[in-house]
Amino acid sequence: MSAIIENKSGEHDSGRRNFLKGSAALVGGLIISFYLPVKGGRALAAEGAAPQVYPPNAFIRISPDGVVTVIVNKSEMGQGVYTSLPMLIAEELEADWNTIRVESAPVGAIYNHTGFGMQITGGSSSIPSSWEQLRRVGATARVMLVQAAAQQWGVPVSECRAENGVVKHSGGKSLGYGELAAAAAQLPMPENVPLKDAKDFKIIGTSVKRIDTPEKINGSALFGLDVYLPNMLTVLIARSPVFGGKVKSFDAKDAMQVKGVEGVYLVPTGVAVAASGFWPAKTARDLLRIEWDEGPDAALSTAKMRADYLDLAKTPGLVARKEGDPAAALAKNANSMVVAEYEVPYLAHATMEPLNVVVDLKADACTIWCGTQSQTMDHAAAVKITGLKPEQVKIHTTYLGGGFGRRGNPRSDFMTDAVQAAKVIGKPIKVVWTREDDTQGGNYRPMWVDRIAVAVGKDGKPAAWQHTIVGQSITADTPFEAFMVKDGIDVTSVEGAATLPYAIPNLQVDLHSPKNSVPVQWWRSVGHSHTAFIVETMMDELAHMAGQDPVQYRLALLQKAPRHAGVLKLAAEKAGWGKTKLPAGHAYGVAVHESFNSYAAEIAEVSLEDGRIRVHKVVCAVDCGMVVNPDGVRQQVESAVVYGLSAALQGQITLERGRAQQSNFLDYPPLRLSRMPQVEVYTVPSNEAPTGIGEPGTPPIAPAVANAVFALTGKRLRKMPFDLEKLA
Amino acid sequence: MISLNVNNTTVEVDVDPGTPLLWVLRDHLNLTGTKYGCGISQCGSCTVHLDGQAVRSCVTPVSMAAGGKQITTIEGLAEQALGRNVQKAWQEVDVPQCGYCQSGQIMSAVALLKQNPNPSDAAITAAMDGNLCRCGTYNRIRAAIHKAAEMGAA
Repeated sequence: MSAIIENKSGEHDSGRRNFLKGSAALVGGLIISFYLPVKGGRALAAEGAAPQVYPPNAFIRISPDGVVTVIVNKSEMGQGVYTSLPMLIAEELEADWNTIRVESAPVGAIYNHTGFGMQITGGSSSIPSSWEQLRRVGATARVMLVQAAAQQWGVPVSECRAENGVVKHSGGKSLGYGELAAAAAQLPMPENVPLKDAKDFKIIGTSVKRIDTPEKINGSALFGLDVYLPNMLTVLIARSPVFGGKVKSFDAKDAMQVKGVEGVYLVPTGVAVAASGFWPAKTARDLLRIEWDEGPDAALSTAKMRADYLDLAKTPGLVARKEGDPAAALAKNANSMVVAEYEVPYLAHATMEPLNVVVDLKADACTIWCGTQSQTMDHAAAVKITGLKPEQVKIHTTYLGGGFGRRGNPRSDFMTDAVQAAKVIGKPIKVVWTREDDTQGGNYRPMWVDRIAVAVGKDGKPAAWQHTIVGQSITADTPFEAFMVKDGIDVTSVEGAATLPYAIPNLQVDLHSPKNSVPVQWWRSVGHSHTAFIVETMMDELAHMAGQDPVQYRLALLQKAPRHAGVLKLAAEKAGWGKTKLPAGHAYGVAVHESFNSYAAEIAEVSLEDGRIRVHKVVCAVDCGMVVNPDGVRQQVESAVVYGLSAALQGQITLERGRAQQSNFLDYPPLRLSRMPQVEVYTVPSNEAPTGIGEPGTPPIAPAVANAVFALTGKRLRKMPFDLEKLA
Repeated sequence: MISLNVNNTTVEVDVDPGTPLLWVLRDHLNLTGTKYGCGISQCGSCTVHLDGQAVRSCVTPVSMAAGGKQITTIEGLAEQALGRNVQKAWQEVDVPQCGYCQSGQIMSAVALLKQNPNPSDAAITAAMDGNLCRCGTYNRIRAAIHKAAEMGAA
């Protein structure tokens, strides 16, 4: 019932204790850890460099009662990593799944993402980046446990085998992992332990139930907002309503009169009210009188930006991809040219749990509880602000009430904001963002304008394709710029456009990256969230111009893209494309798109109800390589479809006088149950290593719906959100 | 002091009577299963029961929940057979993803099933449309409510 984090010694304990409380054996008692001396301690201490060989004790702890605790180095934000990553270990460990418990990893180089070199959860990469690593961790531990048993029995290892959490000898003896862990931990760590053949998998490929469900249905799951420390104050910060603005002066007289308010402070991001709880903090913040220096973007307006972007889109930008001679081919085919302009707005992530950070800053230690996707960078930010040594700063990763990219900020914005406030206030604090703060706080998916000119050949196929993209770079001026911006081109700005899979002989994709003070960030599927809409509605347009079936038209251009073709065919087959007789007033639309190395095709069944788009059903086919947890994949695709549909139909942040005009779910409305389509998910059988699944379901939904609307009305939707369009 | 009956326990809290019940539950009683999502009754994450009816605790002044009214939160739900069934159905369907909205979803679902033990799809839509889920678990929510209805109240 209590979520107060305080252990017997009086020190704050990690929220992870909550994850463990289901296992009585683990509470209070000392755990004989599956400890392994790390040879030479190499790499472990080296900041930023994770070792290539991972000692199992970093990821697995086996207690005497046989409970296997998996330390997960990815943040659980709904995508199921607290289930799917332990599955990788349990498979090779030959563990009894019922003994698996989960704990979130502390910050440490050994927990770095194997691809990104920092501890981070994003890019639909948790399974792909852990696939080899965690299976090997599990296999290594299993070999050591078997060896320990063989030694104890004085028999050859070859006569022993591990199964379901037990090592068995051919003679009939057996010992549980809990009984073997201490001895196994003394053994040298074997290297290059072989991994199983996929055909021998027992856990991978099965729909294991989520480990976190029991906690999430009884209120006990610990999110950042649920962390309460003794003597902690709740802090709300009044931040500049205009991005880049600063406090000129403030009057806190009335705010200080509110019962429960402890203080009002000038902090680097605004004016902070610290109070005994949320309500007095909120009441007092509403009473602040603040004069702002609004800075250079006080007149910023998305309407003006739109006009500027449309102008820019008419001029070529930095070339991201070029094939053949598109300019010449366009000139030659000028009489069969189609030109279209597309617009997509800024979008807030709108995670259900508004941003929050708990900070307990003392003279020689800083302990932080936060649902972050970006531990290494947030840790570095806290170290820098506090001036403490890295080892004095600890981050406990709680559950994340949604992430979608927002909780992995490339500037560590919410962490910086909170730790700076803690330094000023000098007491344990929880900084809470209201829904309004969250909606108006920037770090949006960029607003984009795109322009495509296509010359159509006599065969109806595109002879030349010229695509110009205009929008802010997400990674510019962040630490990611070093490896994500090449020759001025942010790969996240052009992904899905520069990677166009269709066989087009003359093609150019170029980019303008205008700057302003609106902070932008990755939003589920990042650049693909706009490029898929644009290229896939244009492909549909070309198919119709050619008088060809949109599926067949694409397939003809995808002969060198078999995995695109594979999902497209599967979706068409499952939806009965061209065969199913739809009810009057209903139509199908299709789109296919690759993102995060996975392929997704979606067919949306759409009708119009009083001029509003009603999506009845979405048939999705995905190829994400080998499937680790089939129901997990279904969950992610269902979720990705809804997330994309909310944006396609009704999501937008607009700015006037530098201010976001939306503030809460009334004017930034996510999809509700009443507009939820049926979602069917099919996977292409595959022997390829697993690829991303958290995001790839999002990009195709907007174009699939827009293409269905065209089939119904003959009207091309080239601007999101669609609900604002007048549809006959 | 304001006296409240929360999950069949009487507690006294020293708060301004206008304080929303949500923040009394969370900040004073450490009942953190009830969530803050919007503060304006648009998302349903804060749903609790007041004498068995679903209410949005973020806009319910604590004074309106006092006076012997029975407040039930997600933490007290397992004391009811119907509550346990709904939780069981949620588990079987594996509804939650991030899980943040699910306390509110479950509280709304239990309130619906109390009034209407075998709700139609239309009745589910009407009762659940005020509960947002950014992870898009809506179809599973619907399936779990049907499953709980099959289990009945016992």
